[in-house]
Amino acid sequence: MEFIVASSVGTLTAAGIYLILRLRAFSTILGLALLSYAVNVFLFASGRLAIDLPPILSPYGDASYTDPLPQALVLTAIVISFGMTAVLVMVALGAYLESDDDRIDLPQAPDEDDKTDGEAAQ
Amino acid sequence: MNHWIIAPVILPALLAPIIGFVMRHDIPLARTASIAGTVVLLGMAIGLFAAAGGDPQVYYLGDWPAPFGIVLVLDRLSALMVLVTTVLALLVLIHAVATGWDTRGRHFHALFQFQLMGIVGAFLTGDIFNLFVFFEILLIASYGLMVHSGGRERMRAGLHYVVINLAGSTLFLFALGVLYSSTGTLNIADLAQRLREVPVEEAALTRVAAMLLMIVFALKAALFPAQFWLPETYANAPGPVAALFAIMTKVGAYAIIRIHTLIFGPDIDATAGVAETWLFPAALVTIAIGAIGVLGARHLSRLIAFSVLGSMGTLMIAISDFSPLATTAALYYLVHSTFAAASLFLVADLVVARRTGDQLVLRPAVVQNGLFATLFFAAAIGMAGMPPLSGFVGKLMVLDALREPETIVWAWSAVLIASLLTIVGFARAGSTLFWKSTTVLQDVAGHPDPLPDPIGVGRPAGAAELAPVIAAIALLVLLTAFAGQLVGYLDGTTAQLFDRDGYIIAVLGPDGET
Repeated sequence: MEFIVASSVGTLTAAGIYLILRLRAFSTILGLALLSYAVNVFLFASGRLAIDLPPILSPYGDASYTDPLPQALVLTAIVISFGMTAVLVMVALGAYLESDDDRIDLPQAPDEDDKTDGEAAQ
Repeated sequence: MNHWIIAPVILPALLAPIIGFVMRHDIPLARTASIAGTVVLLGMAIGLFAAAGGDPQVYYLGDWPAPFGIVLVLDRLSALMVLVTTVLALLVLIHAVATGWDTRGRHFHALFQFQLMGIVGAFLTGDIFNLFVFFEILLIASYGLMVHSGGRERMRAGLHYVVINLAGSTLFLFALGVLYSSTGTLNIADLAQRLREVPVEEAALTRVAAMLLMIVFALKAALFPAQFWLPETYANAPGPVAALFAIMTKVGAYAIIRIHTLIFGPDIDATAGVAETWLFPAALVTIAIGAIGVLGARHLSRLIAFSVLGSMGTLMIAISDFSPLATTAALYYLVHSTFAAASLFLVADLVVARRTGDQLVLRPAVVQNGLFATLFFAAAIGMAGMPPLSGFVGKLMVLDALREPETIVWAWSAVLIASLLTIVGFARAGSTLFWKSTTVLQDVAGHPDPLPDPIGVGRPAGAAELAPVIAAIALLVLLTAFAGQLVGYLDGTTAQLFDRDGYIIAVLGPDGET
């Protein structure tokens, strides 16, 4: 159990970092999504791993329960990372539509030095 | 329980959706609501500032007892930061309305209010996961403000900004997971309490968490080696947004002051030396990069962005000492550099709008050349740290606090040489912009404005456009004139900050010791 969770967090993180370092906006978005999955699983594990246990204290003296707080944290983290991914997709889409290129480091326009802020503001 | 503590978070949180949904097509109404909301927020901040004199005050959300529920904590430091934020926000908002920036894209005012909610919440919260949530709120609003009004270069810089901050947020979550698994709590006071009892030989995970948090905050504060996003972002953001972002880097600095003094303080065995070891050299390199960038910049906004980077380095070098004296100096410099950076960005925005482009090359002089030259001169003096403005006082205090024999050579030479380079950079930029330009004929045909500017190149700036810049510079003068009173307040702030027991007892109650 611990091995499966740890290795999946590791694999997801490694894949996420590899994809973030790619030069295309699309693979960077995928990489950040994988990284957020990794951190969600990781947060789950931070409350110790337990199987088949309720996240509430039992009134009948059975003291075994799973920590509910990481589950609440994971929910928050999922909501936030989902929203952030949506924003990132929109920004990347905007950058793609502006320049017809999804390179993360958009090639600078040849007349960059003559570019004015007035142009940028359009 | 003082319910006013949560009011500065709730007000923008309620106002933003109303502006976004109800007033989306009615710019005058949105402007009125946004400015009125910010003025009320400023009133609240002044009230909280006046009320924060004594012990830290705690607001228990939902009245849950302390380590189990989320708490907001109002102490002198958070009250000061909230006040600085709201004053800056009001200036920036007036500038954005007067120059018409808010009409060049959608939802400026709604995003602006959400941004304020995130910043104020980050300063007030006493729960480290809640700090993460407020970080995300201020970031998601800043993404929208950063790409406000669009444009190719701005979208490119905005994409980088979003990606780097999302990666930082993930690191933040990893750090919180590590911290929770090793201590079982996320309440800042409770963390501070429990970390004292962690024996050194079992502190490996805690040290990892402290270092991860430091990397995250260093990323927000644009500290080397995570500084590369700042010049690109600030140079390409709309002028008022860049001025508002002057407080964003300070959120990272505040988080380092708060977390690495209260939780991972220098005298806590488990994490001793984690922050001090790395912060000092990183701050030195940041100062150097900022100064070299100021010298090398060919665009006005980029030059200001690099000078902000240098000021963050100076701030961090003072923070890295983690002593009461240096922290007082750091807080003074923090307040000063926020308004100095904002005044520079605002005056640059006014100048660039009246000039064909922001490259530092010879162009015909702008209208009101003398006035803009004076404002730029004053703001640049503030930023570079020359007398008589508060940058000089701030840098003097920072240098005075860093007197240990092993650091004095590095710290003093870095700060002094960087100040000299910054002065040279600003002097060159100013003379190109304002002095040499008067020798160029008004050859409009030779330098045609490539695209019609929404403001109009030749239009002189009105009183409403000039007022925020002049007010920001007047604040620098006030910071100098009332430096004694401010430092007196900051001494109390620092004493409260280093009185960890006071904070813990205020949050957890007197029997929190058990």
